[in-house]
Amino acid sequence: MYDLYAEEILDHYKFPRNRGKMDNPDRVYHDHNPLCGDEVTIMLRIEDGRVKDVKWEGQGCTISMASASMLSEAVKGKSLEELRTWGKEHVLDLLGIPLGPVRLKCALLPLKALKAAVWGLEGTEEHEET
Amino acid sequence: MSTTQGLDPRRIREDFPIFGERARGKPLIYLDSTASAQKPRQVIDAMTSMYEHAYANVHRGIYELSERATQMYEDARRNIARFINARSHREIVFVRNATEAINLVAYAWGLSHLTPEDEILVTQMEHHSNLVPWQLVAARTGARLRWVPITPDGHLDMDAADRLLNERTRLFAFTAMSNVLGTITPVRELVSRAHSVGALALVDGAQSVPHLPTDVQAWDADFVAFSGHKMLGPTGIGVLYGKRALLEEMPPFLAGGEMIREVTMEGATWNDVPYKFEAGTPAVVEAVGLGAAVDYLRELGMERVHAHERALVAYAYDRLSALDGVRILGPGPEDRGGVLAFVVEGVHPHDVAAFLDYEGIAVRAGHHCAQPVHDAYGVPATARASFYIYNDREDVDRLVDALRRAIRMFTG
Repeated sequence: MYDLYAEEILDHYKFPRNRGKMDNPDRVYHDHNPLCGDEVTIMLRIEDGRVKDVKWEGQGCTISMASASMLSEAVKGKSLEELRTWGKEHVLDLLGIPLGPVRLKCALLPLKALKAAVWGLEGTEEHEET
Repeated sequence: MSTTQGLDPRRIREDFPIFGERARGKPLIYLDSTASAQKPRQVIDAMTSMYEHAYANVHRGIYELSERATQMYEDARRNIARFINARSHREIVFVRNATEAINLVAYAWGLSHLTPEDEILVTQMEHHSNLVPWQLVAARTGARLRWVPITPDGHLDMDAADRLLNERTRLFAFTAMSNVLGTITPVRELVSRAHSVGALALVDGAQSVPHLPTDVQAWDADFVAFSGHKMLGPTGIGVLYGKRALLEEMPPFLAGGEMIREVTMEGATWNDVPYKFEAGTPAVVEAVGLGAAVDYLRELGMERVHAHERALVAYAYDRLSALDGVRILGPGPEDRGGVLAFVVEGVHPHDVAAFLDYEGIAVRAGHHCAQPVHDAYGVPATARASFYIYNDREDVDRLVDALRRAIRMFTG
């Protein structure tokens, strides 16, 4: 019915995957978008240069929450080397919908937080230009 | 037209070409006039006609075309002066918008008058454009910036205002109508309290001037700022009203052509007001467009415009607050202009606005350039529906119907 609210996006919004707390995560990063109040905290367990486990908490719009949920599924088991190359296109592929500039910021917030968790803020530069 | 007869939005919409457009394949329901109003044919035609028949740069032109353009530009100024009941057209300074008007006062008056002993008073209800300029000027001059809080029911805390206004207060800058809560503030009372401690009063009229009758002399305001584009006029034109004695005494803001009397390589003297504040080629055609917008509103009658919106917002308030999980920010319908900012439990404002967009309904979502207002209510963002002369009950019904479906989709 609505591009933006495809079945799968609503499903991730209503039934978020990997949402919750992690005890003693190796990396954790909290980020938010003050314009709309979206916020997300990413917690990572890293072993042998790979994402062993991921949890996230947050609140916000459908797009930011579905993005966090989908991303959390996608990054499990991935090497950090590979994650370093992920950008805007990757998130848009996961969501599978076209997004305008405002909603793109919502969609990219979880990846931005994830990369900041692993590499610090310098790892996020390429995603700032939305 | 009699003031007892209501507006006819269906008739009015025929004057607005935009309503011939479809939004997402559906008839456009435009509920974002608080951000910017749509334009009637009369305004568009006045501007096109000037470009086609009477365009030239204004002032100092010796030829007929420039004289005609200057006449139209100055007629618009006089027209706007009458619309807000200014004493003289010289009290009308053309600027880009309300933001620029406030910045003009902040820089021209603020920087030359404020010292570390002084205080500037604002309110928690302000749009960022009537807050951030004062933060900057306070930082530059050492003056202290203080603010009047919002009460839980969305009004200004008048007792706090009394406590905060003191002999150190040099300026009280406040909105006449909140762009989020819709609260109509008691302008005359606030101006009078500012004057009682010897402070000047600046009124942000960006939301009130398009929707309520304005009488700057009855207010006794020292400065009033408003934008043309929110009152059916074009973008790029706004007004700073200032009492003439104050404008005379203020140094210039921007410097360049037109604002001077005489220039040597060593210095310059200033033109009379308001030209002292209108450096460079002004937005000539936009000023004429705003004049046409004022004609249009005057024809409708501002009392009727206000009455129409009052009735519409009361209807919308009742219907929206009857929806499960919908919470409207701010005062009850009796004290507000045509603005309703709301949150829906479990549905982010962006999702509300995006869903409504698919239904052809334009509302705004975000903090509406008023983060402190949202902080006061503990929410980062709201969805906001706002009403004007071309909206009617059917628009509200479609909004409510779509909202009901949005709530079902996102929370069901």
